[in-house]
Amino acid sequence: MHSNKLEENKQRYLNPYFGGVLLGLLILLTIFITGRGLGASGSIKSAVVTTTNVIAPTHAQNNDYDKKFISDDHSPMYNWLVFESFGILLGGLLSGILFGRVKKFRIDKGPNITNKSRLIAAVIGGMLFGFGSQFGRGCTSGAALSGTATFAFGGLIVLLAIFGSAFLYAWFFRKLWI
Amino acid sequence: MGPLIPNGFIIGDWDFVIAILLGIAFGFILEASGFSSSRNLAGVFYGYNFVVLRVFFTAMIVAMVGLLYFDYFGWLDLSKIFILPTFVWPMIVGGVIMGLGFIVGGFCPGTSFTAIAIGKLDGLLFTIGLYIGIFIFTESFPLFSDFYTSGNMGNPTLMDVTGISAPWIAFAFTFIALAVFWITMLIEKRVRKTTTAYKF
Repeated sequence: MHSNKLEENKQRYLNPYFGGVLLGLLILLTIFITGRGLGASGSIKSAVVTTTNVIAPTHAQNNDYDKKFISDDHSPMYNWLVFESFGILLGGLLSGILFGRVKKFRIDKGPNITNKSRLIAAVIGGMLFGFGSQFGRGCTSGAALSGTATFAFGGLIVLLAIFGSAFLYAWFFRKLWI
Repeated sequence: MGPLIPNGFIIGDWDFVIAILLGIAFGFILEASGFSSSRNLAGVFYGYNFVVLRVFFTAMIVAMVGLLYFDYFGWLDLSKIFILPTFVWPMIVGGVIMGLGFIVGGFCPGTSFTAIAIGKLDGLLFTIGLYIGIFIFTESFPLFSDFYTSGNMGNPTLMDVTGISAPWIAFAFTFIALAVFWITMLIEKRVRKTTTAYKF
């Protein structure tokens, strides 16, 4: 168990400032090509709207939120962010293969909680993040990072709200991580 | 010249090929920077690993300064790029909920995708959580449809709100970023001395 943990944490990563420069240039390139930045939560939203629209089309078309993303000529999955998110998965896999991090299914967690607690926390955290991202008009990628990078006032609000609040919560959830 | 797609330089389904390629680069950078591990990400909130903050702030100032140069050289028409709209109250509330999701779940959406890619089950469950959370939002939307559009300011930039010019705003962000990099370097050194459970 202990040696396993050592192995897991002894990783080769890019220098964070170098990674940051690459990511900044990528955002720049993305804006230069598409006129907007990168995103992530939008693809899950498309998946949710698509599911609702396939299972209960009338219900979806009567929902004021769902119907904003439904059109007659194509599925909500035919969306830039869905393709981009598929790319994120591939790119993550590519880097994982290159750095030797693609391994059998495993769980990352703090030293003082069980696997089960970690997985329950992951689902709850995901639910909160997904729910909040709809109010925020995007998540860390689309609103906080790409938004602020394009000088959008809303981007900075989301950025400060996410990170500022998370620092305040950190003490209460320390058992999950340290 | 730019942005290329809105200006009609690239048409048809190339749009989606480009989306996948840019996504691959995004996922690669996130994973290679260590964002596929929730422990690395959560480290920023406990002072043992500031990788998130370093990558995030560096990317932000590089993109900001880059945009200004692209505009200066006439390569990019900044009036044609998408400016995120501002809805003050829902964005604050949304951000505060996302912050809670971040500390509890250990990921944000993009990073959880890269975690899945290398076999992290917690990343997979976080993504399933995202789906459930957004589903709950869409189904309960009638309850807060008014709040959702409250505090609508249109699409203001930081320049519109503060009256400060873009180069000075980029300079301020750069200055703050450098100060934060230095301070967090000192914090990290101190915290790592007393942390044993996490091997660096």
